[in-house]
Amino acid sequence: MIPRYQKVIFILLLLASLGMGAELWHLRERAHQRLLAGETTAPTKAPIVAPAEEATLLVANDMDGSLTPQERSLPLPADPGVRARVLLGKLLDLYAAPDAAHPVPGGAAGVGQVFLMPVPGANTKNSSSPGALLAVVNLTGAFAAGHPSGIETESLTVLSMCGTLRANLPDVAEVRFLVDGQQRATLAGHADLTRTYLTADAAPTGTTTQ
Amino acid sequence: MTLPRPSFLRSIVLLAAAAAAAMLAFAQQAPPTATRFVVVLDAAHGGADRGGRLTSGQPEKAVTLALSVRLRSLLAARGIAVITTRESDITLDPDTRAAVANRANAQVCLNIHATESGSGVHLFVSSLASAPAARFVPWKTAQAVAITRSVALAGALNAALLHAGMNVTLGRTALITVDSMTCPAVAVELAPQRGPDNAITAQPDDPEYQASVASALAAAILEWRSEAGHMEARMP
Repeated sequence: MIPRYQKVIFILLLLASLGMGAELWHLRERAHQRLLAGETTAPTKAPIVAPAEEATLLVANDMDGSLTPQERSLPLPADPGVRARVLLGKLLDLYAAPDAAHPVPGGAAGVGQVFLMPVPGANTKNSSSPGALLAVVNLTGAFAAGHPSGIETESLTVLSMCGTLRANLPDVAEVRFLVDGQQRATLAGHADLTRTYLTADAAPTGTTTQ
Repeated sequence: MTLPRPSFLRSIVLLAAAAAAAMLAFAQQAPPTATRFVVVLDAAHGGADRGGRLTSGQPEKAVTLALSVRLRSLLAARGIAVITTRESDITLDPDTRAAVANRANAQVCLNIHATESGSGVHLFVSSLASAPAARFVPWKTAQAVAITRSVALAGALNAALLHAGMNVTLGRTALITVDSMTCPAVAVELAPQRGPDNAITAQPDDPEYQASVASALAAAILEWRSEAGHMEARMP
Protein backbone atom coordinates (compact mmCIF):
# COMPACT_ATOMS: atom_id res chain seq x y z
CA MET A 1 0.00 0.00 0.00
CA ILE A 2 1.50 3.35 -1.16
CA PRO A 3 1.16 6.11 1.42
CA ARG A 4 -0.93 9.11 0.42
CA TYR A 5 1.84 11.65 0.81
CA GLN A 6 4.03 9.74 -1.69
CA LYS A 7 1.23 9.80 -4.29
CA VAL A 8 0.87 13.54 -3.87
CA ILE A 9 4.64 14.07 -4.28
CA PHE A 10 4.72 11.86 -7.38
CA ILE A 11 1.86 13.76 -9.03
CA LEU A 12 3.47 17.13 -8.19
CA LEU A 13 6.85 16.01 -9.62
CA LEU A 14 5.14 14.67 -12.77
CA LEU A 15 3.31 17.96 -13.28
CA ALA A 16 6.51 19.92 -12.73
CA SER A 17 8.35 17.76 -15.30
CA LEU A 18 5.61 18.21 -17.87
CA GLY A 19 5.55 21.96 -17.19
CA MET A 20 9.31 22.30 -17.62
CA GLY A 21 9.20 20.21 -20.80
CA ALA A 22 6.51 22.45 -22.22
CA GLU A 23 8.48 25.58 -21.30
CA LEU A 24 11.61 24.14 -22.92
CA TRP A 25 9.70 23.41 -26.13
CA HIS A 26 8.27 26.91 -26.10
CA LEU A 27 11.73 28.51 -25.67
CA ARG A 28 13.17 26.40 -28.46
CA GLU A 29 10.39 27.48 -30.81
CA ARG A 30 10.97 31.13 -29.92
CA ALA A 31 14.74 30.82 -30.58
CA HIS A 32 14.07 29.13 -33.92
CA GLN A 33 11.65 31.87 -34.95
CA ARG A 34 14.14 34.53 -33.91
CA LEU A 35 16.87 32.84 -36.01
CA LEU A 36 14.62 32.63 -39.05
CA ALA A 37 13.62 36.26 -38.65
CA GLY A 38 17.34 37.25 -38.46
CA GLU A 39 18.19 35.39 -41.67
CA THR A 40 15.55 37.17 -43.65
CA THR A 41 16.83 40.60 -42.61
CA ALA A 42 20.55 39.80 -43.32
CA PRO A 43 22.00 41.16 -46.61
CA THR A 44 22.20 38.50 -49.27
CA LYS A 45 24.87 40.32 -51.37
CA ALA A 46 27.70 42.75 -50.70
CA PRO A 47 26.63 46.39 -50.58
CA ILE A 48 27.79 48.55 -53.45
CA VAL A 49 30.07 51.20 -51.90
CA ALA A 50 31.22 52.90 -55.06
CA PRO A 51 30.46 52.74 -58.76
CA ALA A 52 32.98 51.04 -61.05
CA GLU A 53 35.23 53.41 -62.95
CA GLU A 54 37.98 53.08 -65.51
CA ALA A 55 41.40 53.27 -63.88
CA THR A 56 44.91 53.07 -65.31
CA LEU A 57 47.47 50.96 -63.49
CA LEU A 58 51.14 51.21 -64.42
CA VAL A 59 52.22 47.58 -64.24
CA ALA A 60 55.89 46.61 -63.99
CA ASN A 61 57.68 43.80 -65.78
CA ASP A 62 60.96 42.45 -64.40
CA MET A 63 62.03 40.83 -67.66
CA ASP A 64 62.45 44.06 -69.60
CA GLY A 65 62.20 46.65 -66.83
CA SER A 66 59.12 48.20 -68.43
CA LEU A 67 56.10 49.99 -66.96
CA THR A 68 52.98 49.25 -69.03
CA PRO A 69 49.64 51.06 -68.57
CA GLN A 70 46.73 48.65 -68.03
CA GLU A 71 43.08 49.79 -68.11
CA ARG A 72 40.93 48.28 -65.34
CA SER A 73 37.33 48.78 -64.22
CA LEU A 74 37.34 49.24 -60.44
CA PRO A 75 34.87 50.46 -57.81
CA LEU A 76 36.61 53.65 -56.70
CA PRO A 77 35.53 55.66 -53.65
CA ALA A 78 35.07 59.40 -54.00
CA ASP A 79 37.55 60.38 -51.28
CA PRO A 80 40.93 60.93 -53.02
CA GLY A 81 43.01 59.39 -50.23
CA VAL A 82 40.92 56.22 -50.07
CA ARG A 83 40.82 56.18 -53.87
CA ALA A 84 44.62 56.26 -54.00
CA ARG A 85 44.82 53.42 -51.48
CA VAL A 86 42.37 51.27 -53.49
CA LEU A 87 44.37 51.90 -56.69
CA LEU A 88 47.69 50.96 -55.10
CA GLY A 89 46.06 47.96 -53.41
CA LYS A 90 44.80 46.71 -56.76
CA LEU A 91 48.27 47.20 -58.25
CA LEU A 92 49.85 45.14 -55.46
CA ASP A 93 47.16 42.47 -55.93
CA LEU A 94 48.35 42.10 -59.53
CA TYR A 95 51.93 41.68 -58.29
CA ALA A 96 50.85 39.04 -55.76
CA ALA A 97 49.19 36.91 -58.47
CA PRO A 98 50.98 33.61 -59.23
CA ASP A 99 51.80 34.51 -62.85
CA ALA A 100 52.86 38.11 -62.20
CA ALA A 101 55.63 39.55 -64.36
CA HIS A 102 56.79 41.52 -61.32
CA PRO A 103 56.23 39.09 -58.43
CA VAL A 104 55.88 40.74 -55.03
CA PRO A 105 54.08 38.96 -52.17
CA GLY A 106 51.65 40.76 -49.89
CA GLY A 107 48.91 42.10 -52.14
CA ALA A 108 46.58 44.97 -51.26
CA ALA A 109 47.29 44.63 -47.55
CA GLY A 110 50.77 46.00 -48.24
CA VAL A 111 49.42 49.56 -48.41
CA GLY A 112 48.38 50.81 -44.98
CA GLN A 113 47.18 54.32 -45.79
CA VAL A 114 47.68 57.05 -48.36
CA PHE A 115 47.61 60.64 -47.17
CA LEU A 116 47.25 63.50 -49.64
CA MET A 117 48.43 67.00 -48.71
CA PRO A 118 49.53 70.11 -50.56
CA VAL A 119 53.13 70.11 -51.75
CA PRO A 120 55.04 72.49 -49.44
CA GLY A 121 54.97 75.92 -51.10
CA ALA A 122 52.51 74.86 -53.82
CA ASN A 123 49.80 77.24 -52.68
CA THR A 124 51.94 80.35 -52.60
CA LYS A 125 51.56 83.08 -55.24
CA ASN A 126 54.94 82.36 -56.85
CA SER A 127 54.39 78.60 -57.09
CA SER A 128 54.88 77.08 -60.54
CA SER A 129 52.47 74.25 -59.75
CA PRO A 130 49.51 75.55 -57.71
CA GLY A 131 47.30 72.81 -56.30
CA ALA A 132 50.00 70.14 -56.58
CA LEU A 133 49.65 67.35 -54.02
CA LEU A 134 52.13 65.27 -52.07
CA ALA A 135 51.05 61.66 -51.50
CA VAL A 136 52.47 59.97 -48.42
CA VAL A 137 52.17 56.22 -48.90
CA ASN A 138 52.42 54.20 -45.70
CA LEU A 139 53.50 50.65 -46.52
CA THR A 140 53.32 47.82 -44.02
CA GLY A 141 56.44 46.33 -42.50
CA ALA A 142 55.37 42.88 -43.68
CA PHE A 143 55.22 44.11 -47.28
CA ALA A 144 58.72 45.65 -47.09
CA ALA A 145 60.12 42.55 -45.37
CA GLY A 146 58.69 40.25 -48.05
CA HIS A 147 59.70 42.39 -51.02
CA PRO A 148 62.33 40.75 -53.27
CA SER A 149 65.73 42.43 -53.00
CA GLY A 150 67.29 44.11 -56.03
CA ILE A 151 67.67 47.51 -57.65
CA GLU A 152 65.40 46.76 -60.59
CA THR A 153 62.59 45.05 -58.71
CA GLU A 154 62.50 47.68 -55.93
CA SER A 155 62.71 50.61 -58.35
CA LEU A 156 59.90 49.16 -60.48
CA THR A 157 57.64 48.80 -57.44
CA VAL A 158 58.26 52.41 -56.39
CA LEU A 159 57.94 53.84 -59.91
CA SER A 160 54.81 51.84 -60.77
CA MET A 161 53.13 53.15 -57.60
CA CYS A 162 54.14 56.73 -58.45
CA GLY A 163 53.01 56.30 -62.06
CA THR A 164 49.66 54.78 -61.05
CA LEU A 165 48.97 57.70 -58.73
CA ARG A 166 49.86 60.21 -61.46
CA ALA A 167 47.69 58.43 -64.07
CA ASN A 168 44.56 58.54 -61.90
CA LEU A 169 45.16 61.54 -59.64
CA PRO A 170 46.94 64.06 -61.89
CA ASP A 171 47.33 66.57 -59.04
CA VAL A 172 49.71 64.21 -57.24
CA ALA A 173 53.14 65.58 -58.16
CA GLU A 174 55.29 64.10 -55.41
CA VAL A 175 55.29 60.86 -53.42
CA ARG A 176 57.00 59.94 -50.19
CA PHE A 177 57.06 56.45 -48.70
CA LEU A 178 56.89 55.37 -45.07
CA VAL A 179 57.01 51.87 -43.62
CA ASP A 180 54.78 51.30 -40.58
CA GLY A 181 54.58 55.08 -40.19
CA GLN A 182 58.36 55.53 -39.98
CA GLN A 183 60.93 56.71 -42.48
CA ARG A 184 63.06 53.84 -43.73
CA ALA A 185 66.37 53.99 -45.65
CA THR A 186 65.49 51.50 -48.39
CA LEU A 187 62.59 49.32 -49.48
CA ALA A 188 64.49 46.01 -49.38
CA GLY A 189 68.14 47.05 -49.32
CA HIS A 190 68.33 49.14 -52.51
CA ALA A 191 65.69 51.70 -53.56
CA ASP A 192 66.08 54.89 -51.50
CA LEU A 193 62.92 55.62 -49.50
CA THR A 194 64.30 58.74 -47.80
CA ARG A 195 63.82 60.94 -50.86
CA THR A 196 60.74 62.51 -52.40
CA TYR A 197 59.80 60.94 -55.75
CA LEU A 198 58.44 63.04 -58.59
CA THR A 199 55.54 61.33 -60.33
CA ALA A 200 56.65 62.96 -63.60
CA ASP A 201 59.71 60.64 -63.52
CA ALA A 202 57.49 57.54 -63.57
CA ALA A 203 56.58 57.58 -67.23
CA PRO A 204 55.22 54.42 -68.89
CA THR A 205 57.70 52.59 -71.12
CA GLY A 206 55.39 49.95 -72.63
CA THR A 207 52.25 49.94 -74.77
CA THR A 208 48.78 50.14 -73.24
CA THR A 209 47.03 46.81 -72.55
CA GLN A 210 43.48 46.05 -71.46
CA MET B 1 112.43 91.73 -26.27
CA THR B 2 114.85 92.68 -29.07
CA LEU B 3 113.80 93.42 -32.65
CA PRO B 4 115.55 91.48 -35.49
CA ARG B 5 118.28 93.37 -37.25
CA PRO B 6 117.48 94.97 -40.66
CA SER B 7 120.11 92.83 -42.48
CA PHE B 8 118.45 89.65 -41.21
CA LEU B 9 115.03 90.80 -42.45
CA ARG B 10 116.53 91.72 -45.83
CA SER B 11 118.01 88.24 -46.25
CA ILE B 12 114.65 86.59 -45.38
CA VAL B 13 112.85 88.70 -47.99
CA LEU B 14 115.50 87.89 -50.60
CA LEU B 15 115.23 84.16 -49.87
CA ALA B 16 111.45 84.23 -50.17
CA ALA B 17 111.63 86.15 -53.46
CA ALA B 18 114.15 83.66 -54.86
CA ALA B 19 111.97 80.70 -53.85
CA ALA B 20 108.90 82.27 -55.45
CA ALA B 21 110.81 82.95 -58.68
CA ALA B 22 112.10 79.36 -58.79
CA MET B 23 108.59 77.94 -58.27
CA LEU B 24 107.17 80.18 -60.99
CA ALA B 25 109.91 79.11 -63.44
CA PHE B 26 109.28 75.42 -62.62
CA ALA B 27 105.56 75.82 -63.11
CA GLN B 28 106.10 77.42 -66.53
CA GLN B 29 108.61 74.82 -67.74
CA ALA B 30 107.01 71.62 -66.41
CA PRO B 31 104.56 69.94 -68.82
CA PRO B 32 100.93 69.80 -67.62
CA THR B 33 100.40 66.59 -65.65
CA ALA B 34 97.78 64.30 -67.22
CA THR B 35 94.80 63.41 -65.02
CA ARG B 36 95.33 59.92 -63.60
CA PHE B 37 92.64 57.53 -64.84
CA VAL B 38 91.15 55.88 -61.77
CA VAL B 39 88.31 53.37 -61.53
CA VAL B 40 86.42 52.83 -58.27
CA LEU B 41 84.70 49.46 -57.81
CA ASP B 42 82.14 49.33 -55.03
CA ALA B 43 80.99 45.81 -54.19
CA ALA B 44 77.62 46.52 -52.57
CA HIS B 45 76.60 45.18 -49.15
CA GLY B 46 79.06 43.18 -47.01
CA GLY B 47 79.49 42.18 -43.38
CA ALA B 48 76.22 42.39 -41.47
CA ASP B 49 74.44 43.64 -44.60
CA ARG B 50 73.98 40.44 -46.58
CA GLY B 51 71.93 42.04 -49.36
CA GLY B 52 69.44 39.85 -51.18
CA ARG B 53 69.49 36.07 -51.24
CA LEU B 54 70.00 34.47 -54.62
CA THR B 55 68.24 31.33 -55.84
CA SER B 56 71.38 29.28 -55.23
CA GLY B 57 71.35 30.35 -51.57
CA GLN B 58 74.39 32.64 -51.91
CA PRO B 59 74.04 36.05 -50.28
CA GLU B 60 74.28 39.02 -52.64
CA LYS B 61 77.34 40.38 -50.77
CA ALA B 62 79.44 37.36 -51.80
CA VAL B 63 78.51 37.63 -55.49
CA THR B 64 79.21 41.37 -55.64
CA LEU B 65 82.63 40.89 -54.03
CA ALA B 66 83.51 38.08 -56.43
CA LEU B 67 82.62 40.20 -59.47
CA SER B 68 84.49 43.21 -58.05
CA VAL B 69 87.67 41.16 -57.49
CA ARG B 70 87.40 39.66 -60.97
CA LEU B 71 86.95 43.05 -62.62
CA ARG B 72 89.72 44.62 -60.54
CA SER B 73 92.15 41.94 -61.76
CA LEU B 74 91.20 42.47 -65.40
CA LEU B 75 91.59 46.26 -65.17
CA ALA B 76 94.85 46.11 -63.20
CA ALA B 77 96.28 43.76 -65.82
CA ARG B 78 95.60 46.48 -68.41
CA GLY B 79 97.40 49.10 -66.36
CA ILE B 80 94.36 50.88 -64.98
CA ALA B 81 94.49 52.17 -61.41
CA VAL B 82 91.65 50.58 -59.46
CA ILE B 83 90.38 51.44 -56.00
CA THR B 84 87.95 49.04 -54.36
CA THR B 85 85.74 49.98 -51.45
CA ARG B 86 86.12 46.53 -49.94
CA GLU B 87 88.25 43.45 -50.52
CA SER B 88 86.70 41.31 -47.82
CA ASP B 89 83.43 40.70 -46.00
CA ILE B 90 83.21 43.97 -44.06
CA THR B 91 80.32 46.29 -43.29
CA LEU B 92 80.45 49.69 -44.99
CA ASP B 93 77.85 52.43 -44.84
CA PRO B 94 76.83 54.28 -48.04
CA ASP B 95 78.58 57.51 -47.00
CA THR B 96 81.92 55.74 -46.55
CA ARG B 97 81.62 54.16 -49.98
CA ALA B 98 80.84 57.51 -51.59
CA ALA B 99 83.67 59.17 -49.67
CA VAL B 100 86.16 56.63 -51.07
CA ALA B 101 84.98 57.38 -54.61
CA ASN B 102 84.94 61.15 -54.15
CA ARG B 103 88.44 61.25 -52.63
CA ALA B 104 89.80 59.20 -55.53
CA ASN B 105 88.59 61.77 -58.09
CA ALA B 106 87.72 58.77 -60.26
CA GLN B 107 86.70 58.78 -63.91
CA VAL B 108 84.57 55.64 -63.51
CA CYS B 109 82.63 54.46 -60.45
CA LEU B 110 80.79 51.14 -60.61
CA ASN B 111 78.40 50.18 -57.81
CA ILE B 112 78.07 46.39 -58.15
CA HIS B 113 74.92 44.46 -57.19
CA ALA B 114 73.34 41.05 -57.91
CA THR B 115 69.74 39.86 -57.95
CA GLU B 116 67.65 36.80 -58.63
CA SER B 117 64.93 38.73 -60.49
CA GLY B 118 64.96 39.99 -64.06
CA SER B 119 67.32 39.01 -66.81
CA GLY B 120 70.90 39.76 -67.89
CA VAL B 121 72.68 42.89 -66.69
CA HIS B 122 70.80 45.90 -65.34
CA LEU B 123 72.52 49.27 -65.67
CA PHE B 124 71.19 52.13 -63.54
CA VAL B 125 72.07 55.82 -63.51
CA SER B 126 70.91 58.12 -60.72
CA SER B 127 67.47 59.61 -61.27
CA LEU B 128 68.63 63.01 -59.99
CA ALA B 129 68.19 65.93 -62.38
CA SER B 130 71.40 67.28 -63.88
CA ALA B 131 72.90 70.30 -62.12
CA PRO B 132 75.79 72.59 -63.08
CA ALA B 133 79.16 71.92 -61.49
CA ALA B 134 79.85 73.93 -58.38
CA ARG B 135 82.62 74.25 -55.81
CA PHE B 136 80.38 72.87 -53.08
CA VAL B 137 77.54 70.41 -53.72
CA PRO B 138 75.07 68.81 -51.30
CA TRP B 139 76.31 65.38 -50.25
CA LYS B 140 73.04 63.52 -50.82
CA THR B 141 72.64 64.88 -54.37
CA ALA B 142 76.31 65.19 -55.36
CA GLN B 143 75.78 62.93 -58.36
CA ALA B 144 73.66 65.64 -60.01
CA VAL B 145 76.83 67.37 -61.27
CA ALA B 146 77.98 64.18 -63.04
CA ILE B 147 74.69 62.90 -64.48
CA THR B 148 75.54 63.70 -68.11
CA ARG B 149 78.84 61.79 -67.89
CA SER B 150 77.15 58.94 -65.98
CA VAL B 151 74.57 58.53 -68.76
CA ALA B 152 77.39 58.49 -71.32
CA LEU B 153 79.26 55.87 -69.26
CA ALA B 154 76.11 53.73 -69.05
CA GLY B 155 75.88 53.97 -72.84
CA ALA B 156 79.47 52.74 -73.20
CA LEU B 157 78.86 49.83 -70.80
CA ASN B 158 75.60 48.99 -72.58
CA ALA B 159 77.33 48.88 -75.97
CA ALA B 160 80.07 46.57 -74.70
CA LEU B 161 77.64 44.21 -72.95
CA LEU B 162 75.38 44.03 -76.01
CA HIS B 163 78.46 43.35 -78.14
CA ALA B 164 79.26 40.45 -75.81
CA GLY B 165 75.76 39.03 -76.38
CA MET B 166 74.30 40.00 -73.02
CA ASN B 167 70.72 41.04 -72.37
CA VAL B 168 70.87 44.58 -70.92
CA THR B 169 68.23 46.70 -69.18
CA LEU B 170 68.88 50.42 -68.76
CA GLY B 171 67.14 52.53 -66.13
CA ARG B 172 67.25 55.40 -63.67
CA THR B 173 66.97 54.82 -59.95
CA ALA B 174 67.56 56.34 -56.52
CA LEU B 175 70.45 54.71 -54.66
CA ILE B 176 71.93 56.44 -51.63
CA THR B 177 75.53 55.46 -52.47
CA VAL B 178 75.43 56.45 -56.15
CA ASP B 179 73.55 59.69 -55.45
CA SER B 180 76.42 60.83 -53.21
CA MET B 181 79.21 60.20 -55.75
CA THR B 182 80.67 63.04 -57.82
CA CYS B 183 82.26 60.74 -60.43
CA PRO B 184 80.56 59.26 -63.51
CA ALA B 185 78.73 56.48 -61.68
CA VAL B 186 76.67 53.51 -62.81
CA ALA B 187 75.06 50.78 -60.71
CA VAL B 188 75.64 47.40 -62.34
CA GLU B 189 73.19 44.71 -61.24
CA LEU B 190 73.93 41.16 -62.30
CA ALA B 191 70.71 39.17 -62.86
CA PRO B 192 70.32 35.57 -64.06
CA GLN B 193 71.16 34.94 -67.69
CA ARG B 194 68.08 33.65 -69.52
CA GLY B 195 67.48 31.88 -72.80
CA PRO B 196 64.85 32.78 -75.42
CA ASP B 197 62.16 30.92 -73.42
CA ASN B 198 63.07 32.86 -70.25
CA ALA B 199 64.61 29.74 -68.73
CA ILE B 200 67.64 30.52 -66.57
CA THR B 201 70.90 29.46 -68.24
CA ALA B 202 73.32 30.93 -65.68
CA GLN B 203 72.95 32.26 -62.15
CA PRO B 204 74.74 35.45 -61.04
CA ASP B 205 77.20 33.37 -58.98
CA ASP B 206 78.22 31.27 -62.00
CA PRO B 207 81.99 31.91 -62.44
CA GLU B 208 81.86 31.69 -66.26
CA TYR B 209 78.94 34.11 -66.44
CA GLN B 210 80.74 36.51 -64.11
CA ALA B 211 83.92 36.23 -66.18
CA SER B 212 82.11 37.15 -69.41
CA VAL B 213 80.37 40.11 -67.76
CA ALA B 214 83.63 41.32 -66.16
CA SER B 215 85.40 41.02 -69.50
CA ALA B 216 82.74 43.11 -71.25
CA LEU B 217 82.82 45.74 -68.49
CA ALA B 218 86.63 45.92 -68.68
CA ALA B 219 86.46 46.41 -72.46
CA ALA B 220 83.93 49.22 -71.98
CA ILE B 221 86.13 50.95 -69.39
CA LEU B 222 89.16 50.74 -71.71
CA GLU B 223 87.08 52.31 -74.47
CA TRP B 224 85.89 54.97 -72.03
CA ARG B 225 89.50 55.72 -71.04
CA SER B 226 90.58 56.20 -74.64
CA GLU B 227 87.59 58.50 -75.29
CA ALA B 228 88.40 60.47 -72.14
CA GLY B 229 92.01 60.76 -73.34
CA HIS B 230 90.87 62.09 -76.74
CA MET B 231 88.60 64.62 -75.10
CA GLU B 232 91.43 65.84 -72.84
CA ALA B 233 93.77 66.10 -75.84
CA ARG B 234 91.21 68.26 -77.65
CA MET B 235 90.83 70.56 -74.64
CA PRO B 236 93.00 73.75 -74.86
